[in-house]
Amino acid sequence: MKTGVIVFPGSNCDRDAAMVTRDLLGLPTRMVWHEESDLSGLDLVIVPGGFSYGDYLRCGAIARFSPAMQAVVQHAERGGLVLGICNGFQVLTEAGLLPGALVRNRDLHFICDRVSLRVERVDLPWTQRYAPQQVITLPIAHGEGCYYADADTLAALEDHQQILFRYCAADGSLTEASNPNGSLGHIAGICNRRGNVLGMMPHPERAADPALGNTDGLKLFEGVLAALSVGV
Amino acid sequence: MSQTYQAKVYVTLRPSVLDPAGTAVQSGLQHLGYDNVGPVRIGKYVELTLTAADESDARTQLDRMCDQLLANPVIENYRFELTPNP
Repeated sequence: MKTGVIVFPGSNCDRDAAMVTRDLLGLPTRMVWHEESDLSGLDLVIVPGGFSYGDYLRCGAIARFSPAMQAVVQHAERGGLVLGICNGFQVLTEAGLLPGALVRNRDLHFICDRVSLRVERVDLPWTQRYAPQQVITLPIAHGEGCYYADADTLAALEDHQQILFRYCAADGSLTEASNPNGSLGHIAGICNRRGNVLGMMPHPERAADPALGNTDGLKLFEGVLAALSVGV
Repeated sequence: MSQTYQAKVYVTLRPSVLDPAGTAVQSGLQHLGYDNVGPVRIGKYVELTLTAADESDARTQLDRMCDQLLANPVIENYRFELTPNP
């Protein structure tokens, strides 16, 4: 399985992602500069966290038009796997690969914390290594992570089981206090209808190395690896 | 012949989208004693110049710019003013 990590000016979690795929999982990993448009041979493309093009205008608004992102859209249309983390999630919504938008956190604070998440669906490569309704802990670090979509879009997300992760309390319940940014439906991560594109505000790549004391995020990457090893 | 225009673009959050920054400013104004201030909404203001064949062409182009990049139609509305540069 070959991995590509898109690198925009302003990306700052690109090497963290590569550290997981290349160093922890031993996968061939290619850093893809934003001006490149060749993603041939890649199975998994990661759009990493950071501040693409300075996040000027809106988070992810300018990144959407980069040659690399045009190629990511084509990769996704071919059925290739795409993982957008944090700013990457914002870029995927701007690019129209995922519905909705990420807006300013409810309390206006930039939040850097560890949060509990409930895994809502485990029949996709992304989550197959988790147990149904498992509560995991992942770091978040964002100022604009409040998920917004209109009522029809939210209903469609629920109907098609596109919500993969929700912010929750330690016991898995969805309480107001356990929603760090005001996201509608406690949404922390969603996939497209086909399931090959995942966007999430929490950082699985920052919870993969045992040296950091939390490996809840590693299972996401292991799930993808397992799925691709047997052929998707 | 083409003409240069000055455009003023106003981007605002759609009414259904929560605006925590606007709410914070409203409460700041109320702390200053302006109890008469109602809901505050914060938006973006973009100025640009463009050249186009005529005003109709300029409006069409600007509308596309707003829709593609300057605003995110999922969360924002936009309007613009266009004036010919002398």
